[in-house]
Amino acid sequence: MDGGRPFIPNSSPEVKASMLKYLGIDSIEELFRDIPEGIRIKELDLPKGMSELEVRGRIKGILKKNVSMEEMPIFLGGGAWFHYVPAVVEEVVRRSEFLTSYTPYQPEASQGILQALFEYQSLICDLTEMEFANCSLYDFPSALGEAARMAKRVTKRSKFLVPKFSNPQAIDTLASYAEPAGIEVLQVERDLGTGQIDLEDLKDKVAEDVAGVFVENPAYLGFFEEEVEAIGEIAKDGGAIFVVGVDPISLGVVKPPGALGADIAIGEGQPLGNHVNFGGPNLGIFACNGLGLLRQMPGRIIGMTSTKDGERAFCMALQAREQHIRREGATSNICTNEALCALAAAAYLSLMGPEGLRRLCETIMARSRYCAKRLGEIDGVKAPLFEASHFKEFAVNFDGTGVPLDAIHRGLLAKGIHGGRPLREFPELGGSALYCVTEMHSKGDVERLSRSLAEVIKGR
Amino acid sequence: MKPPDASRAFRQCRWAEPLIYEISSDGKIGHMVPMPDDEELRAVGDPMGCIPSKLRREDPPKLPQVSEVEVLRHFIRLSQQNFGVDTMPYPLGSCTMKYNPKFCESLASEDGVRMIHPLQDESLVQGILQILYELSKFICAITGMREASLQPSAGANGEFAGALMIRKYLKVKGEPRDEMLIPESAHGTNFTSAAMAGFKVVRLPLDDRGCIDMEALKSAACKRTAGIMITNPNTLGIFERDIVEICRIVHENGGLCYYDGANLNAILSKCRPGDMGFDVAHLNLHKTFATPHGGGGPGAGPIAASEELREFLPVPLIGFDGERYHLDYGVKYSIGRVRGFYGNVSVLVKAYAYILALGREGLKEVSEIAVLNSNYLMRRILEGGGYELPYPGSGTRMHEFVLTAKGILDSHGVSALDIAKRLLDQGIHAPTIYFPPIVKEALMIEPTETESKAELDRMAEAFRRILEEAKASPELVRGSPVNAAVARVDEVKASHPMSMRLSWRSRAAPEAKSNSAADPRHSAG
Repeated sequence: MDGGRPFIPNSSPEVKASMLKYLGIDSIEELFRDIPEGIRIKELDLPKGMSELEVRGRIKGILKKNVSMEEMPIFLGGGAWFHYVPAVVEEVVRRSEFLTSYTPYQPEASQGILQALFEYQSLICDLTEMEFANCSLYDFPSALGEAARMAKRVTKRSKFLVPKFSNPQAIDTLASYAEPAGIEVLQVERDLGTGQIDLEDLKDKVAEDVAGVFVENPAYLGFFEEEVEAIGEIAKDGGAIFVVGVDPISLGVVKPPGALGADIAIGEGQPLGNHVNFGGPNLGIFACNGLGLLRQMPGRIIGMTSTKDGERAFCMALQAREQHIRREGATSNICTNEALCALAAAAYLSLMGPEGLRRLCETIMARSRYCAKRLGEIDGVKAPLFEASHFKEFAVNFDGTGVPLDAIHRGLLAKGIHGGRPLREFPELGGSALYCVTEMHSKGDVERLSRSLAEVIKGR
Repeated sequence: MKPPDASRAFRQCRWAEPLIYEISSDGKIGHMVPMPDDEELRAVGDPMGCIPSKLRREDPPKLPQVSEVEVLRHFIRLSQQNFGVDTMPYPLGSCTMKYNPKFCESLASEDGVRMIHPLQDESLVQGILQILYELSKFICAITGMREASLQPSAGANGEFAGALMIRKYLKVKGEPRDEMLIPESAHGTNFTSAAMAGFKVVRLPLDDRGCIDMEALKSAACKRTAGIMITNPNTLGIFERDIVEICRIVHENGGLCYYDGANLNAILSKCRPGDMGFDVAHLNLHKTFATPHGGGGPGAGPIAASEELREFLPVPLIGFDGERYHLDYGVKYSIGRVRGFYGNVSVLVKAYAYILALGREGLKEVSEIAVLNSNYLMRRILEGGGYELPYPGSGTRMHEFVLTAKGILDSHGVSALDIAKRLLDQGIHAPTIYFPPIVKEALMIEPTETESKAELDRMAEAFRRILEEAKASPELVRGSPVNAAVARVDEVKASHPMSMRLSWRSRAAPEAKSNSAADPRHSAG
């Protein structure tokens, strides 16, 4: 193609010629002479380029094959959750000075993102009542992996305990992080009626080689873990690091990990002003207590400092923990993180404030309870499955209906509703699915779900 | 009328913006949420009552209370105190800070991307699965690999996945190999990723060409060698001419070859990692494929594998049976996962749109102009004197080049750090400095293909002017920046236990002015 390309200013033949002339060469190929002939290729096996308008047409055409939450109520959670993203948050993350910048290696030119990330860390500290927060990891599952490795570095022990019925993807990710570090992951039993962690089993397993104990509140299956504090005491009596997973939204009304004895708090920050985006990008929340743990924390940390004139300013702090300085001795290899998602979270939490967050929790809990109640009124449906209080998700069991899980799922889809996620990985729960209700589900959606479910079960 | 005076100094916006906490006042609220209606409340009672008493939060979180207008204005003002590619050149070496096409952004914010759930029934997400499938095929074509997983969140996450694949491969073969060879010029993440995957790192020195020392490689490669991790072109911007031989030596010794794709922007359509002999490779879509860096992320670091390694990729892959797209968990020796779900999907959509727009000829031109721009700028800076090119025997450079300011430091007492700060004063982001560590007073410069000749000339002129200043009034350069939002920041104080302050409520830092020198150690990756 002659005549230049929109994103490549010097692709115009005239400019190219003048630059080659300056370099005293006849062709650009001369600049590639170090590449051995034997591996040179003529061109890539890719389609020809297209105009912006054509690309737009093609992608929008493909995306029509997706059905989004805007078109159909979707009662899915389990690691990614539909929450409303206020327009102001979208405006802030679209700002191209933020969007098109990178890691603030030059603090003088990057005070904007540095201050915003310092505010993010501060907001996470306030929300969790933890002392220190980093400015993001990739997501909750990788944060869990990093927490286990950190527990091992701190305690020099090699076992890590997780409760039964944890997020399977987080457990798989944990395994990838743990195995090469020589960490063995063990499971703690739960009561099948209430879902609560079996404290006796935990006590048996917290031996002297346990580096860390993980508990999530609310748990993966949506119920509150009532004995978080007692679990933490058992962990700490055994000399283990206590890792608490949180839903950051719930902390508007739920006791924060810092007040429950956590040494490390982790969580998925996507609900804080970030769209679901088919599961990514996400925001790994990571916070800890105490200077000893701080020095072992993975990820970038922003600090407040001053300029040489004594004015307040911000820059990256404690970089000696990081890969570009410490290399193979670093606390983590993370470099590119999820800064823009942390910025969204900062704007989101600033908008919500304590009162906005409290009201949101109230709405979510009222609507999800209302949904569980309506579903539970249907013959043979047990909702929630566990006899416990729940936040925004709850398991529903259909064994009493005599209708297979798959038929229920298909029946609901045929009626234009996406039900919860079938919990096939936990066979001991029978035919159960995990439902999620947030402020994005209207009361009308919930009523439509319960009506449709009743019809599907009756075979209509 | 006259055009604006070009010599008038750049000034970065400066708001002295308070922290969001400092503009908080009780009772303000920035966002209204829908509330439950009476019927719901009658049915379920007080929603707060469902929180077990042991778990009720006693005091509300101490979040700031700010109105919507104030929140917006606060963050807009902060944004104005930030350099970005949309406002100025950002020649941060090895980070490929190229222009991020706007239409890619708008396509990634369609509801068909942002409002779909990763656990949705596959029949309702055929569109996004098609995009991910096609993108994974594009990545195979670009890298010369057999199969690709889009899961890793960023380059380092991809490296970790790749190192785990090598580990698992050796385990399946029953070979207890534990050493990873990494050249001294490598990105810092390579060393850490290898260590996280359980390998011992063996560092390879460079020869006088700035390339891997072949004799050192031959003596390091042995029956303990699990593999080698290489960036090509390397961080000096030099293409490893012996790459085929390097891969052959490692393979002959029973090891595998890992390609760090951070510098792929130099070689699109010229050569491919697969043809060089690599077994596993990651790409940084936020570098080569123009997705924005977001102030530090999100990026995307897909990982591609050769025929021999494909059965070790993370799951799920995206499959296509000729009619339907699906998530494919049937990967025989998969390492499992390195994060949740399928990757940073909105970033992946932007990269897909970028590749479609440029196509095969466009991507070729990307690398050609990236390399042309780099050599043009290098020559322009070098002809002004002062700055020197290490490893001068290797004449041209690829997409980036590293200069040393050691001569300027020795003669005028002006360091690479000072030069970096003075560049900020002229509305140009600094290069990566003090990296790679093998070059003293390093300035690592990557202009990318999206800078115009006029901007390259302006950058060269800025380097020349700083050299003149270093000679005539070095204190001016050492006292920079003066036109950025703030004066030089004390980075030592931020990490010192006595003055460290890492959140708003943590112990306040002593107010005393600090005289300690700022930490000059920076790097990129």
